[in-house]
Amino acid sequence: MGKIAKYTRRGFLGLGLAAAGGLAVGYYYYKKPYPNPLPDTLAEGDFSFTPYVIIGSDNTITIITPRAEMGQGIHTTLAALVAEELGADMDQIATEHGPAAAAYYNGAMLKEGAPFPFFEDGFIAETARGAMGVLGKFLALQVTGGSSAAIDGFEKMREAGATARAVLLEAAAKRWGVDASGLTTERAEVINQSGGRLTYGDLASEAAKLTLAKPPALKDPSEWRILGKSQPRVELHEKVTGAAIYGIDVQLPDMLYATVAMSPRFGAKAKSADEAAAMAVPGVLNVVEIITTTGYGFGIIASNTWAAFEGARALALEWEAADYPADTTGLKALWNEALDKEASFTLGGEGDPEEAMLGAEVIEANYSLPYLAHTTMEPMNATAQFKDGKLDLWLGTQAPGIAAMATAKLLGIEPEDVNVITTRLGGGFGRRTEVDVPLYTAAIAAQTGGKPVKVTWSREEDIRHDTYRPMAEARLKATLKDGMPEALDYRVAAPSINKSVMRRSFPEFAERSNPDRSILDGSFDQPFSWPHSRFAAHQIDTDIPVGFWRSVGNSINGFVHESFLDELAAAGGQDPLAMRLSMMKDERHAPAREALKAVAAMANWGQALPEGVGQGIAHTLSFGTWVAEVVQVDMRGGAVKVEKIWAVADPGMVLDPANFEAQITSAIIYGLSAAIGQEITFDDGRVMQENFYDYDALRMAGVPPIEVALLENSPRMGGAGEPGTPPLAAALGNAIFAASGQRLRALPFGNEVEFDLG
Amino acid sequence: MELQVNGERHLVEVPADMPLLWVLRDMLDIKGPKFGCGVGACGACTVLINGVPTRTCVTAAADVDGEITTIEGLPDGERLHKVQEAWIKHEVPQCGYCQSGQILAAVALLEEVPQPTDADIDAVMTNLCRCGTYPRLRAAIHEAAGMEG
Ligand code: FES
Ligand code: FES
Repeated sequence: MGKIAKYTRRGFLGLGLAAAGGLAVGYYYYKKPYPNPLPDTLAEGDFSFTPYVIIGSDNTITIITPRAEMGQGIHTTLAALVAEELGADMDQIATEHGPAAAAYYNGAMLKEGAPFPFFEDGFIAETARGAMGVLGKFLALQVTGGSSAAIDGFEKMREAGATARAVLLEAAAKRWGVDASGLTTERAEVINQSGGRLTYGDLASEAAKLTLAKPPALKDPSEWRILGKSQPRVELHEKVTGAAIYGIDVQLPDMLYATVAMSPRFGAKAKSADEAAAMAVPGVLNVVEIITTTGYGFGIIASNTWAAFEGARALALEWEAADYPADTTGLKALWNEALDKEASFTLGGEGDPEEAMLGAEVIEANYSLPYLAHTTMEPMNATAQFKDGKLDLWLGTQAPGIAAMATAKLLGIEPEDVNVITTRLGGGFGRRTEVDVPLYTAAIAAQTGGKPVKVTWSREEDIRHDTYRPMAEARLKATLKDGMPEALDYRVAAPSINKSVMRRSFPEFAERSNPDRSILDGSFDQPFSWPHSRFAAHQIDTDIPVGFWRSVGNSINGFVHESFLDELAAAGGQDPLAMRLSMMKDERHAPAREALKAVAAMANWGQALPEGVGQGIAHTLSFGTWVAEVVQVDMRGGAVKVEKIWAVADPGMVLDPANFEAQITSAIIYGLSAAIGQEITFDDGRVMQENFYDYDALRMAGVPPIEVALLENSPRMGGAGEPGTPPLAAALGNAIFAASGQRLRALPFGNEVEFDLG
Repeated sequence: MELQVNGERHLVEVPADMPLLWVLRDMLDIKGPKFGCGVGACGACTVLINGVPTRTCVTAAADVDGEITTIEGLPDGERLHKVQEAWIKHEVPQCGYCQSGQILAAVALLEEVPQPTDADIDAVMTNLCRCGTYPRLRAAIHEAAGMEG
């Protein structure tokens, strides 16, 4: 039985409900805390210690892991942080996602939104980061994103464990009439000097009444037993037996099924719809209109999902025209017009590149990147029941708080009246932060007379209504001095993700959103010393929705910046590795140098390779993690065969090595799929791709061996889920250049060269 | 119509062209087979029909003639199938959404070729995994091939 019956899947599957009861006390947190959301939901005999730890009289220990588990193993890592300080072992604990609540805000995610490089730790940069973290608390963003969950949890979760342990020790000391300082803990038991033992469960009710005067001390990392070692993932068994409940698997009594047919021309309304034809499909029960901040369209309600899909097809919708250029060629022209105009803003940079370029030989290159869809394996879906002014929403979400705010506004109720139950996520990659799915689901649920309804998107709908990785066009100029990079003029045109997200989630703030640093992330903030440089963003504004795609702006600029450096190395007759190393002059760039040297050693960089075989190298610092990658390709057969990939990542501190390695590998394969073959294009105002046959990703045979090593030189902790992606496309393009002399400046590469995918 | 799923008989009343996937998921509440594409392109909906891996989103329920095994029917009582054990040992799943299909495809492969080479695995394991678990999938298949089962 789950510990928070009201919110667990067993709860909503109707297999059991526990009485609310128990006490919430002994709660210490070093900043003024949000209320602990757990007490109202506890079963009898259960006691909460901080918003993160529940201990039952039966000695069960449950750790609340309030971040979205989408395969990145975050529930395991967050639980390990608590268990380490609590004095329990991983086999003694269970995890639960817990409710959507302000107490679970993510401060670390916003921190890196400040416009400074990660390694910049001067007063202004630190103050800005601090202010961004406060904003996270203010908005209470319980978001899983920006590879930030472990960083955010690093202090909070350990303090929660230490706080619970301290009051348990105190309770035992009272019971035995001894001083707590002589007591130790082991496997969730308190042990006294004469060998007497009390279980945590035995002490829970007394301990929960105690409070602490000051924060408990945390262990020194040298004393860690759990952290720093690979832990078995907590949710593996359910994922190999089909028992994991994803959003799409939610089943409720009397549940209806539905799908959506939204306008494929973004921002455009419907011209005509054949509702009679849809209603004639057996099983179709109703067709309802959907009008939201994220799009216009229809919900088709039926007695099963397939009937709803068939009904959507039968609707034969016609749409008004969109406000943006109708095809990719027209869009590209708009992007290039923006590049001809003044920059919207610049970030970083030094010296005077314009002046430095006068009279010198200028190397120029233009780069192009397409829109990209996320294609999470589980298509978009949600289940909702709107009854008596309250909304229950079952959602695989990276942002339950935002979903609650948006749906409350749509339905004219208070956010407190929205109960978000976070299910397992069949992939996130940034897509499941968005409000479109909860909004359409709530709009449909408002028209079912109080019956629950599960809304599942077809794959076609999912690909054609994503919040895409932005299309980008870049224009670069540089000069060399004695063969070494001297001046850089870096311009990129792209839409603002922040603005697009704000328009959908908080439209009232959209026009006030600041310059979006993500347009330049992965360029100005990289560990290189240029005598002269300028990084300029040319912001585009269209109705085409853009969003957070694994590694966000870093995936764009990681490719552009690191490919162009390779071009400069070739132009200056330099080894690409040696040139990078000599540009990383600053002491603070040391982790980058070490990562590059380590990956070069693994790949045996510089070895004599046969004609037609080549290695490419790239490095990007993103989300606080320094990642260097080498790709080796063999083009002797004509097509490009990706033979092997080596990666070295330095997140400063590795909490779970096996899991971190899995995340880097996953991010590399995600980036490789995109670099080889993915693009979203437009024609007639709509996305042309619709399913895996025209927007595919790599399968087993196309994925080369990948070797990953981890370092811990960086001074602050970095993220896991995203930083593996940004260097990949550049390393691949650079390898193709090394093997063939052909420089690829437009993604996906598959448009220009053929790949051998096995 | 009658369907034999994981050793149980089910009688269902559905249109002749309704795909097996939706009969299993929406009518019989068997959620192991997942919806990924609806066009036979990803393998998330894979089940075994008389041991043959079949993409149920493009298989009409009315055309099914034989014993259907979904991931729920794979363990022998409490005892997991060796492929499932190998999956846990190598910590294959990330989000896990594709894994029911991957496991059933691997079970069928090992029935046919008990000691598969990498080339055998490449040829048969065509299911999509957006989390990129392929290196661990491959290692786990080799592991399972070496296990008693
Ligand atoms: S859902 Fe059947 S193959 Fe993709
Ligand atoms: S584990 Fe997520 S799609 Fe395969």
